[in-house]
Amino acid sequence: MAYYNEKIETLPRAELEKLQYQEMKVLVERLYANSVFYHDKMKAAGVLPSDIKSIADIAKLPTMKKTDLRNNYPDKLVCCPKEDLVRYHVSSGTTGKPTVVAYTKNDVELWAEAVARSLVSCGLGRGDVLQVAYGYGLFTGGLGLHYGGEKMGTTVIPASTGNSERQIELILDLETTAVACTPSYFIHLIDVAKKMDVDIAKDTKLRTAILGAEPWSESMRQYIHEQSGVVAHNIFGTSEISGPMFTDCGELNGMHICGDIAYTEILDPETGEVLPPGEKGELTMTILKKEAIPMIRYRIGDITSILEGDCPCGRTSPRIDRLQGRVDDMLVIRGINVFPSAVEHALLRVPELTSHFMLEITRTGPLDDMLVKVELKPDAMTDSINGLIGLQSRVERTLRDALNVSAKVELCPPNSLPRFEGKAKRVMDHRVF
Amino acid sequence: MTSEYRIKQLSIFAPNTPGTLAEIAKIFLDNEVNISAFCIAEANNFGVVRAVVDKPDAVFAAFEKKNYLLKFTDVVAVKMSDVPGGLYDVASKFGAAGLNIEYAYASRSTTTPTLVVYVSNTNISLEAAVEKILASGLVLVRAAEMRI
Repeated sequence: MAYYNEKIETLPRAELEKLQYQEMKVLVERLYANSVFYHDKMKAAGVLPSDIKSIADIAKLPTMKKTDLRNNYPDKLVCCPKEDLVRYHVSSGTTGKPTVVAYTKNDVELWAEAVARSLVSCGLGRGDVLQVAYGYGLFTGGLGLHYGGEKMGTTVIPASTGNSERQIELILDLETTAVACTPSYFIHLIDVAKKMDVDIAKDTKLRTAILGAEPWSESMRQYIHEQSGVVAHNIFGTSEISGPMFTDCGELNGMHICGDIAYTEILDPETGEVLPPGEKGELTMTILKKEAIPMIRYRIGDITSILEGDCPCGRTSPRIDRLQGRVDDMLVIRGINVFPSAVEHALLRVPELTSHFMLEITRTGPLDDMLVKVELKPDAMTDSINGLIGLQSRVERTLRDALNVSAKVELCPPNSLPRFEGKAKRVMDHRVF
Repeated sequence: MTSEYRIKQLSIFAPNTPGTLAEIAKIFLDNEVNISAFCIAEANNFGVVRAVVDKPDAVFAAFEKKNYLLKFTDVVAVKMSDVPGGLYDVASKFGAAGLNIEYAYASRSTTTPTLVVYVSNTNISLEAAVEKILASGLVLVRAAEMRI
């Protein structure tokens, strides 16, 4: 099976753009009529739906950001009757307040359609066994891959995260052919298999990995192939646009962003101007048919470029390069997005601490470690070792609850952490991707 | 007067990095403070240095000036005999008096061996503990003696 939906995936570029324009026009009209938020935004920008006369006119529309979701927490951006919602996902936000995304039945369908097309482009088909080792739950990774996998006809194993030896046993016993998880977790699985005396290349049927939710590199792709014989594909998505959606195809040269589902732009992060293909900037997407929470020109914050030229696989949708950083200070720790501001916000809840902190990110083996150095207030001192250890654990618990990722905490004396006059540089990221 | 046996121990928060103890010791030196008894308790990536010294108030301020986290804790110092059974004699009398030793560390300063003890019974005041210790026949070091 070369394509999941051949007609639309190989639609000539001119026709695809015509389709994108039509969809965009319908979307803008609908939002102008139904969304107080976007109506006001368009008015403030002086744009009417009738001003959108060509695909290039999209650049006139106001952009959206994560703060728009946060400021409209939990569901003020929902644009359909609430009883039409079939699901919520929730991700951690920038200041401790989470962001909520909602889905109608069609939204879930469209998301699954994107994932199904992507999985087929990775070479999967009926008869394949896809082990989803992304987290199931509020995080979109698990259910996103699950629905897409079932839609295109693979057998799905909802393994979720953790219990690595069990994952290897499932790969052996259920003859798993593909695993979807974070790249660092996949490298961890390779190590676990070795410890169990399992040679992935010889003893298992695993040949494909769908890896995403955190930055990784071509050298990691090579390493994975050398160590396990597995071909690793990159998957892109974020909860605001639905979840993980788009992968690179068999060419392993950029992720195809299905043109009938999403309209992709690269913006200059400073000026907001649209940049031509080949130039690096802020990835910005419009999900053309989203019903519950439509996202128009959503500035995702990842830095990448649109790749020039046609892909030999025959798909006409534009491709984006690997993500090459962020325009903001968002960190990805073990697949979870972490904003330093959220750490700051969480630490405010611990009265024994000053407002100063430092984050140190390291990668020991395949997994990320986050160390948060916090400063004790003078009156927080106690002679009791148990009291101090208790405080340390309480800070660790507070951070884990707020960030959904565990961190080690180091207690430091007052005034021992750096003070910043200008923009604070509280993050030391020692990882090499 | 039981309060004369109340000894102000310094508990100093110490990050677990090379050179920290030397820095702490230098502050004692610079303030001409003599350490009678001392120990380090270690936890996750930090330690607490506990010390009984001759000029606790003066050195407390010196540490604070250098941004150290520290606290006074009331302890007692019991004289021990420097013979086999010396510790048993002290420990068994504490036990018989119902006093819980949370932590203790020994010192040979002030001519005889001494055991610095932190009593952690929440329902017994330090004064009451001192009375019990004296009643058991043990000899306590006066705070003034620690400062010689």
